[in-house]
Amino acid sequence: MKRSLKIEETVFRVLMILSTAFILLILGVIMYSVFEKGMKAISWEMLTSIPSGGYYYGKGGGILNAITGSMALAFGATILAFVIGLPVALYINVFLHGKKKLVNFIRFILDLIWGIPSIVYGAFGFTLMVLIGLQTSLLAGIVTVTLFILPIMIRSMDEILRTVPTGLMEAAYSLGSNKSELAFKIFTRQSVSGIITAVLLSFGRAIGDAASVLFTAGYTDNLPNSLMEPVATLPLSIFFQLASPVPEVQARAYASALVLTVIILIVSLFSRGLGKRYHKTKINF
Amino acid sequence: MYILNRQQRHVVNYSWMLVSLLLVACLPFLLFSVLYFKSFLLLRNFGLGDLIFSHSWHPSKGEFGFYPFIVGSIWVTLLAILISTPICLLTAINVTQYAKKRFLRIMHPVIDILAGLPSVVYGVWGLLVIVPFISRYLGPWLGIRTMGYSILAGAFVLSIMIIPFILNIIIEIFRTIPMELKEAALSLGSTKWQMVKHVLLRKALPGIIAAVGFGLARAFGETMAVLMVVGNVVKVPTSVFDPGYTLPALIANNYGEVLSIPRYDSALMFAALLLLVVSLFFNLLMHFFIARYNKY
Amino acid sequence: METAIKVNNLNVFAGKSQILKNINCEIRKKRITVILGPSGCGKTTLLKCMNRLTDLYPELKVSGEILINEKNILDPGADIYKLRQSMGLLSQRPYPLPMTIYNNIAYALKLRGVRKKRELHKLVMDYLKQAALYDEVRNRLREPASRLSIGQQQRLCLARGLAVNPEIILADEPTSALDPISSRFIDEKFQELKKDYTIVVVTHVLRQARRIADNVIFMYLGEVIEQGPATEFFENPKQEKTKLYLEGMFN
Repeated sequence: MKRSLKIEETVFRVLMILSTAFILLILGVIMYSVFEKGMKAISWEMLTSIPSGGYYYGKGGGILNAITGSMALAFGATILAFVIGLPVALYINVFLHGKKKLVNFIRFILDLIWGIPSIVYGAFGFTLMVLIGLQTSLLAGIVTVTLFILPIMIRSMDEILRTVPTGLMEAAYSLGSNKSELAFKIFTRQSVSGIITAVLLSFGRAIGDAASVLFTAGYTDNLPNSLMEPVATLPLSIFFQLASPVPEVQARAYASALVLTVIILIVSLFSRGLGKRYHKTKINF
Repeated sequence: MYILNRQQRHVVNYSWMLVSLLLVACLPFLLFSVLYFKSFLLLRNFGLGDLIFSHSWHPSKGEFGFYPFIVGSIWVTLLAILISTPICLLTAINVTQYAKKRFLRIMHPVIDILAGLPSVVYGVWGLLVIVPFISRYLGPWLGIRTMGYSILAGAFVLSIMIIPFILNIIIEIFRTIPMELKEAALSLGSTKWQMVKHVLLRKALPGIIAAVGFGLARAFGETMAVLMVVGNVVKVPTSVFDPGYTLPALIANNYGEVLSIPRYDSALMFAALLLLVVSLFFNLLMHFFIARYNKY
Repeated sequence: METAIKVNNLNVFAGKSQILKNINCEIRKKRITVILGPSGCGKTTLLKCMNRLTDLYPELKVSGEILINEKNILDPGADIYKLRQSMGLLSQRPYPLPMTIYNNIAYALKLRGVRKKRELHKLVMDYLKQAALYDEVRNRLREPASRLSIGQQQRLCLARGLAVNPEIILADEPTSALDPISSRFIDEKFQELKKDYTIVVVTHVLRQARRIADNVIFMYLGEVIEQGPATEFFENPKQEKTKLYLEGMFN
């Protein structure tokens, strides 16, 4: 009896270790392949110039259009989502404090929209564009990506705002603060690190997503210079370069993937670092 | 210093909040209505059943059977879940119950990075590693000829993508199981493994199911990575080594031709609508599932 | 008017259970009134009614009258923010605002309407001195308040509470989380402050009550059992429950 149990335990323990190792291994393999292939093809020229006429067929140029385009798009979307999302999260936690039914209902709606695939937002954005008569543009891309990252941003901020203790609210109220002041001056300061994490997390998703920009942001070889013109993005740049029959161009796709990965890694690092730095003003209850 | 006085600022802030809230609250309904409106053209001419179950997809002839794509999506998703769930469970148990504490701290950044990697990067990796692996090693080893671009490739890449997602949730769930419960089991003389089997897993089961549900929803809507490795051949797959086509890939690949073929745009919007409905449905399901089990 | 706060027929329900039953009591001006009683008797709830912090908890149903300066503050039309500024709150646990030490007090001052930098600065120093915190933090004013010890934080909260220039100070077991020295300080401070402010202190520690109270309101299970001047209360209690409590039977 005991013996079979021992065997069972050992078997599962081995499987557990294998699984854990597998995950670590996979991360390693992914990083290795991206870096190895990417480093071979990357060059200063790639990072600082826009594609020349025959770029996709092997001629010179670079992906600066995509790098700057993605940055502009992701920044725009993150800022817009922040401007809409922070008030909503604050409203739920400060103004609706205690009103359980209403808060639960809103959180329920948030749950509903969280996890809707980005391509749905892309299709939605595309339809809106056609309806309004907007061409594929930076603006259309920003709006679509904003909608996509909004649920993520709000949920993350909501999680952190929930942890503010009621005692702090009482202290602020007893000084005569009104609800807005409590929300925008105190809740925000108390949750700075969480808010930063939420913003950076959303930024990371915004810059890496392809499906939401596929139909809405278009593509161009130029640097972004207007909201109304199409803009290049890194994910699409990778995709298009991969589709080329020329091996050099495919290699450049890996380099572009490397660039995107590095950006994401930096954003991740920042979110941990910045978060810790702003912890100093937070009161730990 | 103060352009507006306190009362005015309050009014500005308050209105800003309400407007934002309204926007967010309307979002799911807006999404649904717009997509439904756009697919209406298609729905008017074909019944829902025809669209979903018909095998023939020839847009230029006016035939819109979504069956191959739906099936492709289902295969890829289910297979991905099948691969990732045991791995996530085993890893979660290992990391929270058996391994040293500092190991869990290593896992966090690993999960974060895996979760943050964009879809395209997974797609690139899939092309570089998985597809050749299947066509050159796995296939021949099993005596099957395959290009590598297959349901299996899609499922495999997808499974890696959803691992950090499911793993995170399960780890969180395990951590909320109170120590006292575990201690009680151990003090009755059970081994760690028995405690895990009979107490931990049993208590965490609803949460685990929810995690899998969420992972399923997430996987179903994944576009880029799957698109790049699944083959994009319109055919109902008969084996995992066959190429396939998923709903998101359908939309992504064909939006360019939308204007040249009548009702094509309606069809693609319908595909998007299907994805939306599946996603909403799962979210709803999981929400109520969790609500029911949280009563304990 | 000798009375700062008059409570008439106050009832508070949380769902079906009644937390405060028909409370009638009076808080006299410029005195220290101690609300005394064992845990769970409703004294904190009574205190929170006085500056309508109960609004934060929609599950509480409050009815009755609380008159301050002859106005009923429970009236839905009352100017709640003005009201709260006429009172300062000191909680059980110090809750410094997530800002620098300087700004904790400056925040309160700005709410009061003080705008000029010079005036702000002067007043911040004044209040810090009043709370006997100035010497300890004079070089650290721009540091986050979270770095202070609990005793210092509580004094900061006191300074902050005074900065809104209240007439009444409400204190909810203000020393229960503090070490004996800081505790002593707060008690002594209250003795000083009562010259200028009306002070209401909630406590379940008999010794503290004996030390600082001018008047006592004794509560048990949501009702006021006895109230009156401290000397009478401690030496000549009239009610049975009071006698039992004073003899230590309830703890």
